[in-house]
Amino acid sequence: MKALKVFSAVLLVFILVGSAFAADEIRIGVYEPMTGQNAFGGQLTVEGIKLAHEQAPEVLGRPVKLFIVDNKSDKVEAANAVKRLIDKEKVVAIIGSYGSSLSMAGGEVAEKSGIPCITDSATNPLVTQGKKYYFRMCFIDPYQGAAAATYAYNDLEARNAALLLDVAQDYSVGLGNFFKKAFVKMGGNIAGTYKYQSGDQDFTAQLTDAISKGADFLYIPSYFAEGAIIMKQARELGAGFYIMGGDAMDNPDLVKIGGDAAEGFSYTTFPYAPEMPDMTKEAETFTKLWREKYAGTDMAEPNANSALGYDCYMFVIDAIKRANSADPEKITEAFASAKNWPGVTGSTTINETHDAEKPVGIKVIVSGAQVYTASVQPEM
Amino acid sequence: MTGQMFVQHFFNALTLGSLYALIAIGYTMVYGILRLINFAHGEIFMLGAYFIFFAGSLFNLPWAVGAVISIVLCALCGIMVDKVAYKPLRDAPRISALISSIGMSFLIQNLAIVVFSGIPRPVVRPDFFVKIVVIKGVRILPLAVIVPVVCFVLVLGLLFIVYKTKPGLAMRAISKDIETTRLMGVSVNRIIALTFGLGSALAAASGIMWALRYPQIQPLMGFMPGIKAFIAAVVGGIGSIQGAVIGGLILGFVEIMTVAFFPELSGFKDAFAFILLIVILLAKPTGLMGEKIEEKV
Repeated sequence: MKALKVFSAVLLVFILVGSAFAADEIRIGVYEPMTGQNAFGGQLTVEGIKLAHEQAPEVLGRPVKLFIVDNKSDKVEAANAVKRLIDKEKVVAIIGSYGSSLSMAGGEVAEKSGIPCITDSATNPLVTQGKKYYFRMCFIDPYQGAAAATYAYNDLEARNAALLLDVAQDYSVGLGNFFKKAFVKMGGNIAGTYKYQSGDQDFTAQLTDAISKGADFLYIPSYFAEGAIIMKQARELGAGFYIMGGDAMDNPDLVKIGGDAAEGFSYTTFPYAPEMPDMTKEAETFTKLWREKYAGTDMAEPNANSALGYDCYMFVIDAIKRANSADPEKITEAFASAKNWPGVTGSTTINETHDAEKPVGIKVIVSGAQVYTASVQPEM
Repeated sequence: MTGQMFVQHFFNALTLGSLYALIAIGYTMVYGILRLINFAHGEIFMLGAYFIFFAGSLFNLPWAVGAVISIVLCALCGIMVDKVAYKPLRDAPRISALISSIGMSFLIQNLAIVVFSGIPRPVVRPDFFVKIVVIKGVRILPLAVIVPVVCFVLVLGLLFIVYKTKPGLAMRAISKDIETTRLMGVSVNRIIALTFGLGSALAAASGIMWALRYPQIQPLMGFMPGIKAFIAAVVGGIGSIQGAVIGGLILGFVEIMTVAFFPELSGFKDAFAFILLIVILLAKPTGLMGEKIEEKV
């Protein structure tokens, strides 16, 4: 009996000492969709975060511990995941999530608890709007629309643009409006604004009208499935204008469906691709590390999501370093004051709405491949 | 609007309208005979497009062989849908069969998402369908001519079956009075199966044509065309085969011309289809070619 008591006491001491050590580590939470419809993006993001963790496993002389939770591409799960990270795991900062609606669900919980969050790739302005603790590593939709207008006006020398927007998608309408604003400001003319609804298959009437108005550029901030059909029909109707879209077009199936009609199509996306020209030192290091770690797997090549995940982790570590503390309030302040922070996805400055200001990448379809051609700093 | 643009719009409308007409014929036929609005029609249409896609991409069959296989498979699917969802409800109130058809529609849609995955797939089109002909600046797809011709031939064939053959006589008898027809020694279930087979074969034909025009298929592609075909059938007079064609063409022209004349209203293209439906229901509830309500054919 006595032996048992001694044993218990020893065990208790070990547990206490253990938790004392545990308190010494810095706990960072991650909530990403690793299953469900957004799994493709979420998994790559998490791999990027893990790779970054391997590179920087400690900060301020204390080890960093990652807590990765799957939000299952579900808004309720996302909110629960953030709650669990904060209440049970006692994290001091959170990375996530891929998908604007998931980030919005998680953001509400984090905001109440006062834990700083940074999202990797949620582009909807509402994610950070009016939030004290939510930040993002990517640009926002208006920024992207303006970048498309800048590229169209300066590089493609478009002057008479037509827009074809999906009225059922905030994403599409938002990008279209900001494109219009920036394009007109630069001196371009809007030949026509046409609309359709998600699921439509026939765009001939709108396209015929745009052609008759003499448009030399067509902006289609839609999803790739409809985008490919629009390109096909435009070319069938004899349209010679340039066609451009947004980051929702960044999908290999675009070329499969669009075929020849997709040739020359350009779209704005996150400013990283493994084959991009003029890579920064950070991007080069990341690409090399990724290729070494994942060689031979089905993720052998990094993409923008993995780069954004990597950047988020490094950004959090940098903020803790600058704050010289792992206190959530201090980290939040460090997030908000970041200027020209060098990341894989370009130099990042956090503005007053907590969004990253960074260049926007332009990809063009050349001979059936999506080629990274330029990084554009939008004229807002 | 220049004359040339108007002609271009005309051909765009003709293509879209005859596609709607093609779907509406199968729709209206099942209704004409069974008084059943078969909401699963749009899903059979989707399966038709998928079958020809798989025939081409997995088995490398020539296009025409794929089309025949797709039509046969869809006819079988239609018969199976009847066996599972409608036959047990033959003597139940009509509303039960209607609900069952909506259930069937969702079941097939979701099965298709599981089996084919939700990713849209590209359809390879034989050149002779899409080699564009330019006449005085108007660009016409051969499909714009082929679809109306196919539509016309199918209608003639269908009218022949319904009015000149014995099974056709039985179909018309069933539409009048199913009980008496049964007492006359007609194998009612076999005739209804035939009706579903024919209707589904027509759905497959329209699915194939649709996939040629809009070369991208996905599991939910049948929903909107199905609703539009339903509107076309009601506008033309549901139950009337000629009416379905007229209704389909009208719908195609309304959609294209609203965008052509009022480009700023292009987002409300679908709304105009529904407004057309409401106007017809208020002005002439039986549709343009509809029979008078008291005598059902």
